[in-house]
Amino acid sequence: MDYFIELLFSGLTKGSIYGLIALGYTMVYGIIGLINFAHGEIYMIGAFTSFIVATVLSIYGFPLLAIVVIAGVAAAVWSSAYGYTIEKVAYRPLRHAPRLSPLISAIGMSIFLQNYVLLAQTSDFLPFPELIPEFAFMEPVAHIVGSSDLVILVTTAIVMFALTILIKFTRIGKAMRATAQDRTMAVLVGINVDRVISATFIIGSALAAIGGLLVAAHIGQINFYIGFLAGIKAFTAAVLGGIGSIPGAVLGSMILGLTEAFATGYVSSDYEDVFAFSLLVLILIFKPSGLLGKAETKKV
Amino acid sequence: MFPLKELKRSLLIALWFAFLTFPIMVIKVDPIERTVDWRWDNMAFVAIGSFILSLLVKVWFLRQERRSGRKKANKVLTEPFSQRILREPRFLYPLCLGVLTFALLFPSLFSTYQTNIMITALMYVVLGLGLNIVVGVAGLLDLGYVAFYAVGAYTYALLNMHFSLGFWVVLPLGGLLAALFGIILGFPVLRLRGDYLAIVTLGFGEIIRLVLENWSEFSNGPSGISNIPRPSFFGMEMSFDAQINYIYYLAVGMVVFTIFVVNRLQNSRLGRAWLALREDEIACQAMGIDKTKTKLIAFSLGAFWAGLVGVIFATKTTFVSPASFTFLESAIILSIVVLGGMGSIVGVIFGAMILILMPEYLRALSEYRMLAFGGILVAMMIFKPKGIISNVRRSYQIKKHSTTTE
Repeated sequence: MDYFIELLFSGLTKGSIYGLIALGYTMVYGIIGLINFAHGEIYMIGAFTSFIVATVLSIYGFPLLAIVVIAGVAAAVWSSAYGYTIEKVAYRPLRHAPRLSPLISAIGMSIFLQNYVLLAQTSDFLPFPELIPEFAFMEPVAHIVGSSDLVILVTTAIVMFALTILIKFTRIGKAMRATAQDRTMAVLVGINVDRVISATFIIGSALAAIGGLLVAAHIGQINFYIGFLAGIKAFTAAVLGGIGSIPGAVLGSMILGLTEAFATGYVSSDYEDVFAFSLLVLILIFKPSGLLGKAETKKV
Repeated sequence: MFPLKELKRSLLIALWFAFLTFPIMVIKVDPIERTVDWRWDNMAFVAIGSFILSLLVKVWFLRQERRSGRKKANKVLTEPFSQRILREPRFLYPLCLGVLTFALLFPSLFSTYQTNIMITALMYVVLGLGLNIVVGVAGLLDLGYVAFYAVGAYTYALLNMHFSLGFWVVLPLGGLLAALFGIILGFPVLRLRGDYLAIVTLGFGEIIRLVLENWSEFSNGPSGISNIPRPSFFGMEMSFDAQINYIYYLAVGMVVFTIFVVNRLQNSRLGRAWLALREDEIACQAMGIDKTKTKLIAFSLGAFWAGLVGVIFATKTTFVSPASFTFLESAIILSIVVLGGMGSIVGVIFGAMILILMPEYLRALSEYRMLAFGGILVAMMIFKPKGIISNVRRSYQIKKHSTTTE
């Protein structure tokens, strides 16, 4: 039973991280219909920025809490800046181009960013400073649920709650929903669509950066290549839940995380990724628009 | 030439990029020695570089605007030079002949090393043309194309290891097996559209790679299969150089064969059905085209070429491992198709040559080549989104001032 609960929590933790990244995918897709392949790279840059900032601060002897807060803010700020810039440079000029062009541009951007970090930093795995302390009150259950699991779950829950509030009740959230429903109509009622798209990229990137920081602190090491697999998995999760749907992204991520955890725990750890992708293929075959996605009916 | 406003704008861009790249370009920490290296010179490079680049881009857009303004004023629809060459047989045939002669003389003109690189480029031409059927013509975005390539390569490697079958026996087998996989993948994804299709094919590609990597009893796992023999030529023993040349001619033959088939297909009943499917699925069905059959043929035919090239790949490198069949490979092949111009055969050839040869000759800057590769992909899409040579659609030409009809 302990083993089951351990797997359950490890799955939920994984799912939360996928969820933070998947939200960026699903929001961007919902608004401009683009698979933002560079999103995984944003997450990687978030992890790197927090690594750099946290290490510098710890060398200069800052207290732990200050390090966590500053590193988190720095990661979110710079990742958002990257997301904003990428959209401006690589996607905005292509808004009226054939459908495949932005996708290729995104793939190019992803390769570019990976190699940029590789060249500017290093190709080695870097040890991430320990940011999450072992809580004393967690001691009785520490063999099942680690402190970092708890931190990740709580942070994700808070972030997602904040995002829901933002999208449901603020002006920019309303504008986002309107743009996602019908871009032309949104322009007609006076919404600055360019600004909405920029905001979407900024919010999505900030979420990915938080994900990056949490993963790096949880796993304890980072590398320029971590964005690729995380990006693909998160995208899988977004599609699983129905791309464009925000609750769908969260649900899909949790299902993906749990499937991976249980499959690794009870079957074999070699095939972790195979299970993830097989799940995706199966769900799409039987429910092509994802779990919570709206089925598209095309009228002629 | 530049108004002050533009200079100011570029300056702001430079400042923005300096800020953007600050943590990653400037700070380098050593977590073990616990030292920090502040590389301020990098920040200066980034600022100056982005300043110049933003000015150049502005100049490009200004010129583009002026040109399109002139075009509108003249109201003459000029066909691009490249397309005129491709349309007129009197230019096209000598050009083809020239290229073919050059291709045939290539091994005697250049070193074995160059020939080897050229083989790779030619393989990618065939891969590009194969994927072009799926993506460019039928409009089905396939991000897992490399899976079929892997199927071909492993078919040869495994059949040779267990049953010591020769190259020529396996070549069609590899193609057919890949085509079979194409159908297996095609069936479930028939209902999916656009991006869902893309992600499922991507997942399929990853599944194949991961299975090859983890099922060690079957595929020897991540260490791969080595000592795959090169093809024989009626049982003759050949030196290393001769073997390379032989494979080279094989690749040239393959390219010519592929171009022939793809070209014949494009204007056939099937080819037009694919185009119709790409443009509008519902209208296409209403016209009585069997959607299922047409899509499956596109998938299996595209996969068939990948399988053939896979066999050649295995024989060329004499070694296969799952590391050769990553998503990056699929991305490169897709980039070839899109960069060259979707649906255009000549475009795909150009795209393959540029994308494969460029990194090889940029080896001097070897560290920066993948960076440049990514950057060029983005730049190409922004400055020439329809590809180098866009497809010439078969259409009737109305000539106003001529009395002769062709």
